[in-house]
Amino acid sequence: MAIITMRQAISQALWEEMDRDERVIILGEEVGLWGGTYAVTKGFYDHFGPERVRDTPIAEGVIAGAANGAAMAGLRPVAEIMTINFAFLAMDQIVNHSAKIHSMFGGQIKVPLVIRTVGGGGRQLGSTHSQTPDVVFAHFPGLKVVAPGTPHDAKGLLKAAIRDENPVLFIEHATLYQTRGEVPEGEYLEPIGVSKVQRSGRDVTIVSYSKMLQVSLQAAEQLAAEGIEAEVVDLRTLRPLDMGPVLQSFRKTNRAVIVEGGWRSFGVGAEVAARIYEEAFDHVDAPIRRVAQQEVPLPYNRELEQMMLPQIEDVIRAVKEVL
Amino acid sequence: MDRQELIRLYYQMVLIRRLEERSAELYQQDKIGGFLHLYIGQEAVGVGVVSARRPQDHVITAYRDHGIAIACGLTAEEVIAELLGKETGCSKGMGGSMHLADVDKRFWGGYAIVGGHLPLATGLALAEKYRGTDTATICFFGDGSTNIGYFHEALNLSKVWDLAVLWVCENNQYGMGTAVERASAVSEIRRKAEGYGMANAQVDGMDVLAVRQATLEALERVRQGEPFFLEAMTYRFRGHSMGDPERYRTGEEVRKWQEGDPIGRFYDHLLKEKIADQAALEAEEARAEKEVEQAVRFAEASPDPSPEQVYDLVYVK
Repeated sequence: MAIITMRQAISQALWEEMDRDERVIILGEEVGLWGGTYAVTKGFYDHFGPERVRDTPIAEGVIAGAANGAAMAGLRPVAEIMTINFAFLAMDQIVNHSAKIHSMFGGQIKVPLVIRTVGGGGRQLGSTHSQTPDVVFAHFPGLKVVAPGTPHDAKGLLKAAIRDENPVLFIEHATLYQTRGEVPEGEYLEPIGVSKVQRSGRDVTIVSYSKMLQVSLQAAEQLAAEGIEAEVVDLRTLRPLDMGPVLQSFRKTNRAVIVEGGWRSFGVGAEVAARIYEEAFDHVDAPIRRVAQQEVPLPYNRELEQMMLPQIEDVIRAVKEVL
Repeated sequence: MDRQELIRLYYQMVLIRRLEERSAELYQQDKIGGFLHLYIGQEAVGVGVVSARRPQDHVITAYRDHGIAIACGLTAEEVIAELLGKETGCSKGMGGSMHLADVDKRFWGGYAIVGGHLPLATGLALAEKYRGTDTATICFFGDGSTNIGYFHEALNLSKVWDLAVLWVCENNQYGMGTAVERASAVSEIRRKAEGYGMANAQVDGMDVLAVRQATLEALERVRQGEPFFLEAMTYRFRGHSMGDPERYRTGEEVRKWQEGDPIGRFYDHLLKEKIADQAALEAEEARAEKEVEQAVRFAEASPDPSPEQVYDLVYVK
C-alpha cells in the first residue's frame, strides 16, 4: 500500500486509463497547457499530446455536448467541468442528452462518458462557487453519480467510471484534494453503485459520502473516546443508490444520522431516511437525524461560511440526540 | 447523376410527402400521440443534402426528423411504427416522432431540445478527426436554433478545432410562429457563420438538385478538415406542429411558396429534361403510396413494447 493524496489518486486513475485505452481522451477548460485548475491533469498534455488532452473554450454546453457526441461515436471522453456550479450551464446536455439518449432511441446508442467536476463549499468562493448540488444530478435515471470520499475509492471508482458503458458524473470535493489515504500498488477497480462500511461500530449508523465522510469519520473517532461506537457507511454512489449496507447496519444499530454537504431540503438525508423508514421501520428506535448545510446561499466571510457548513460537532450532537 | 438516381430522389421526396400526409391523418385519428412536426414543403433540403453524403457520413437533426430519416434510408415501416409507439419502430417505441434514429445508417437521430444536438455534432466530428478519417458530420437545424447559445458554442468549437461538420440551416422562415426578422438580429442567417470565420453559402432549398450540388461542393471542403455553413431557404407548408393556429402568416404567403413546391418543380424538371415521362413518375407515386399503406398496416399490426423494455433501457447492462 502507498499513501497518496486524493489529487494523486484521481490523476493516477486518469493516467492509467489513458495508457490502457486509446479511446480515452480528456477535454475541458485548462486541462492541457495549464495542467488542470486543480492540477489533476498536470503533465498530461506533454505526455499524451494535444489530440488527447484538449483545451476547450469556456463553454460548458459544448464541452459536455461534444463529449456526448464523441462518446456516441465510440470514444471514451472524460470531460472536465471546472466546478459543479458551472455544470448548470451544461445541465441540458447532462440531463436531456447524456441521461436520455440510450433509452430514448431504444438502446441503439451508448454514451460512455465521464464528466469530472468539483463541488463543495469551504473555500471562501462565495455563493455561486461553493455549492453541493449533487442530489440535483442524482435525480435523473440514466445518469450515474459518483462522489468518492477517500483516495482509494476515488482511484478505483474513476477507473470503473471510465470503463462504464453509461454516462457517469464524477464529483470531486474541492477541499479533499490534499486528503491522504492508502492505495494499493497494483491495478484495481471499485464498483459503481456499491456502498461501503468505512468504519465498524455497534451503537449508531452514520451515513455519508464525499467530504462529509471525512467529517463523519473524525466525529466517530471523537465519539469512540466517549465510548460510543459509530458505524460509518459511505454511499460513494448517489445513483444508483445502494441501500444494502445502510439497512444492514441500521438493523444492527437501530439508530441513524445522515450527514451531507448540501442543503437538507430534498437532500440525500431525506432520501436515505425515507428508505430506512420504508424498509426497516420495525428497527427504528429513535427518529433519524439529518446533518446538512444551513439553508442559505453560502457567505464569503470565513467564520460565517464555516458556521453554515456541517462540522464535526454537529455530527456528534446529532448522534447524541439519537442515542 | 444517372437517370435511376434522379428518379430515386423523386421517389424519396414523394415518399416523404405521402408519409407525412398519412401521419397527419393518423394523428387526427389519435393513433399518433405527442407532438407531430411535418416535413411537407422541406423535402428537397433533406433529400438533396443526404443524397450527397457518403454512407459513412454522420447525419443528425432536430425534431422535424421524418423526412431526413427517410432520406437516410430508414423504411416507412420503421418510421410509422415508431410514430405509433410500436416495438418495431426504429427507436422501439421509446422515442416517437421527434426521436427517430438508426445508427446502422449513421442517422444519429432527431433531437427535441432546440439547439441541443449541435454540440453532439461537434462530438461526432471530433471522434472522426481523432481517428484520422475524412468522414463528414452533417447537422441539420432550423433557423430558430441559430439564436440559442448552443449554436454559437458549437460553431465556434467546430472552427477552433477544424472539425469536419457541415452545418445545414433549414431556414423555413419561422421559429415556431416567430418570423426570422422578429427573432434574429441578423436575418440573413448564413452571415452568422462569418462571425466565426466560417465558409458559407446560401441555396434555394426548394430545388433538390441545387441543394445536392451545393452540398457536394460544401462536403468537398469539409473533408479537407474545416466546417462549412449551408443555409437552405425553404418553407413548411403545414403548421409548426399539428394544432398550430397559424396566426403568424397569411394564406397568401403560404400559397406563394406552394407554387414553388419542391416536388412539383422536380417533376417538371424531370419531364422537361426528358429524364422520365409522366407514366414513369406516376408509377413512382403509386409505389410510394403503396409503401406508406403497407407501412401503416405493418405498424398497426405490430406489438407494443413491453414494460420490461422501459426498465431495461435506463442503463447499458
